[in-house]
Amino acid sequence: MLAKGQPVPIAGTDDEPFSILADDGTIRPGTDAPEIPDEQALKLYRGMLQVRLVDDRMMKLQRQGRLGFYMLSMGEEATHFGGAYPLRMSDWCFPSYREPGVFFWRGYSIKDYVNQLHGNIEDPVKGRQMPVHHSANWLNMVSISSPVGTQIPQAVGLAMGAKISKKDDVSLVYFGEGATSTGQFHVAMNFAGVFKAPCILFCRNNGWAISTPGNKQTASKSIAIKALAYGMPGIRVDGNDLLAIIAVMQDAVARARAGEGPTLIEAVTYRRGGHSSSDDPSAYRDPSEPKEWEAKDPLERWRRHLESRKLWTQELHDKYSQEITEELMACVKAAGELGNPAPETLFDDVFAELPPHLEEQKAEMMSRPRPKPAHGGH
Amino acid sequence: MARLSYREALNQAMCEEMERDDSIFLMGEEVGHYQGAYKVSQGMLQKFGEKRVIDTPIAECGFVGVGIGAAMTGLRPIIELMTWNFSLVAIDQIVNNAAKIRLMSGGQFKMPVVFRGPGGAAGQLGAQHSQALEYMYANVPGLKVVMPSTPADAKGLLKMAIRDDDPVIFIEGERLYGVQGEVPDGDVVVPLGKADVKREGTDCTIVSWSKMLTVALEAAEVLAKENISVEVVDPRTIKPLDGETIYQSVRKTNRCVVVEEGHGFSNVGAEIVARVQRNCFDDLDAPIERVHRMEIPMPYAANLEAMITPDVPRIIAAVKRVMYLPESKPESKPQSKVE
Ligand SMILES: Cc1ncc(C[n+]2csc(CCOP(=O)(O)OP(=O)(O)O)c2C)c(N)n1
Ligand SMILES: [Mg+2]
Repeated sequence: MLAKGQPVPIAGTDDEPFSILADDGTIRPGTDAPEIPDEQALKLYRGMLQVRLVDDRMMKLQRQGRLGFYMLSMGEEATHFGGAYPLRMSDWCFPSYREPGVFFWRGYSIKDYVNQLHGNIEDPVKGRQMPVHHSANWLNMVSISSPVGTQIPQAVGLAMGAKISKKDDVSLVYFGEGATSTGQFHVAMNFAGVFKAPCILFCRNNGWAISTPGNKQTASKSIAIKALAYGMPGIRVDGNDLLAIIAVMQDAVARARAGEGPTLIEAVTYRRGGHSSSDDPSAYRDPSEPKEWEAKDPLERWRRHLESRKLWTQELHDKYSQEITEELMACVKAAGELGNPAPETLFDDVFAELPPHLEEQKAEMMSRPRPKPAHGGH
Repeated sequence: MARLSYREALNQAMCEEMERDDSIFLMGEEVGHYQGAYKVSQGMLQKFGEKRVIDTPIAECGFVGVGIGAAMTGLRPIIELMTWNFSLVAIDQIVNNAAKIRLMSGGQFKMPVVFRGPGGAAGQLGAQHSQALEYMYANVPGLKVVMPSTPADAKGLLKMAIRDDDPVIFIEGERLYGVQGEVPDGDVVVPLGKADVKREGTDCTIVSWSKMLTVALEAAEVLAKENISVEVVDPRTIKPLDGETIYQSVRKTNRCVVVEEGHGFSNVGAEIVARVQRNCFDDLDAPIERVHRMEIPMPYAANLEAMITPDVPRIIAAVKRVMYLPESKPESKPQSKVE
């Protein structure tokens, strides 16, 4: 682990990613594992389980034509909770589209989540954005952007702002390994380094960007090694090992709060599902590959860990499953019954106040017959 | 003649041109192994190999700039953008460079590059995925802007765009890829800068392009049942714009409605209106009408999206206004809070 005040090594760039939990859930000898209190350890388990169950249900709804679009995070749940757990609520998070667990951990309800996917009247973003593009200002979670990588410099800006305002808040930004090819990533890394921004740049390296494998995205040995050129530590961590992610995050957060600057974290994991509901990965990758990663499932590894701590029981698991499923089914039912946002809301939020030209267009629109939607989903 | 989809027609155009000229290559995200995000490049990697069908890392400013560099050496790159929305990442390369290099070098370098991909709304994709950006590129001196609406035009225009020695912004209709139509066999081209009358009529001219052209044709069909004869003109190339074909039509019908998918302000429709009023002032029997998207970033909810997008009833209403005919009664007035 990195010690405060010492020169910071570029850890794990060539070798195996940093890991604390062995496959059987026990702590590897000689590693310095963070203490997670029992109650929190169980809450983390319940959270990862919730993402798994919600994902499964939402994908089914998409297949039934009830949702236009969906994106799974199956197998990557540890990156959500490992990133979110070490933050405090005054810290900020800049998510990409594949970290619902961060929203849940910070208090976003299943109800909010399901309503956003439906774009109905209770959708927190008022039917404005595609499914999985959440926004929760009240949780210090910013609006998710579709163009890959745009959130990375913005997170650096938030961190620089915190520094200017003399707060010790940090920002955490998520992105995939594909996003490290964008200009956005590189300018963000450079700014973070130059300004010693209290920012944690968290790359979920899940091996694939739609059909493009990681080795066609970069010729460097790892993502973490890129940190070297920008003057910050780069850490490669096992992305399916919740405890290891928490450990490196805690360290990065402590350094950021102490004014020691940014950290790049590369969490090595795997996208077990398709890129989105519109994608069929069997067209471009060997089906044995996701199978192999099933054996490294982050939820199962954490379960074994809890079992080794005598915290996990089948009854507890069943209780969690049942609670989550009941809440989820109630939200799904309610979401389907809620109507869509009213047409007159369309003109809200384009500007702080409705300017004359939009007032005119609104009046014109409201005076004409209401069209039928031309399509349902895509 | 063969019956092809718009997608297949584009694919044929690229394949035929690449067989004819080996300085042409295709590059972009997911164009090779994945066969294209919209399957436009189906089979091309297998046919031409990895040197000529190139999958790239996710970096529009990267592969757009790379394409420009290759074009400066005389190659003829076809650069596929997964959607024109993502071209905004590469705007410096396109606007500050591709459009200006011939001029800035005093004519030393030509820029035979085609940037192509889908534009416009595809249905419930939200604000960042549904933009109609032709107005932006049409505003830049040095860029040609082409927007085919049928499979035959798609093929003929893409072939000409590839052969053109200037940078061409080739915007495909995201909702047209599956549309079928007759496409002439073999090397049949459609010249850039030449409009096409897609339906003949005598009472009113509608000017429209890409996906909206198909909506305008539907409206014309409905109006025909009411004995209103609409002529529909498809510019096909936004820039250079073939004004003459439009003026000829307006001189015949004396009325004009311009229908476009994007927002109204500063859009291509405004340019067409300005030119028609200048060139056909004495022929016009009514002020020219425009139908376009409301000036709001595209929402997601299907009901909201439909409210702000030009559709058949809005086009019919505009035609009736320029003909001083009463509008048909609305079936329902939108009043309730929730729908
Ligand atoms: C600027 C831009 N170009 C292309 C896309 C299309 N696109 C959406 S997601 C994606 C892959 C991203 O991969 P990665 O960053 O690894 O994230 P992952 O999906 O694996 O979580 C691409 C190419 C986009 N959204 N934005
Ligand atoms: Mg990825």
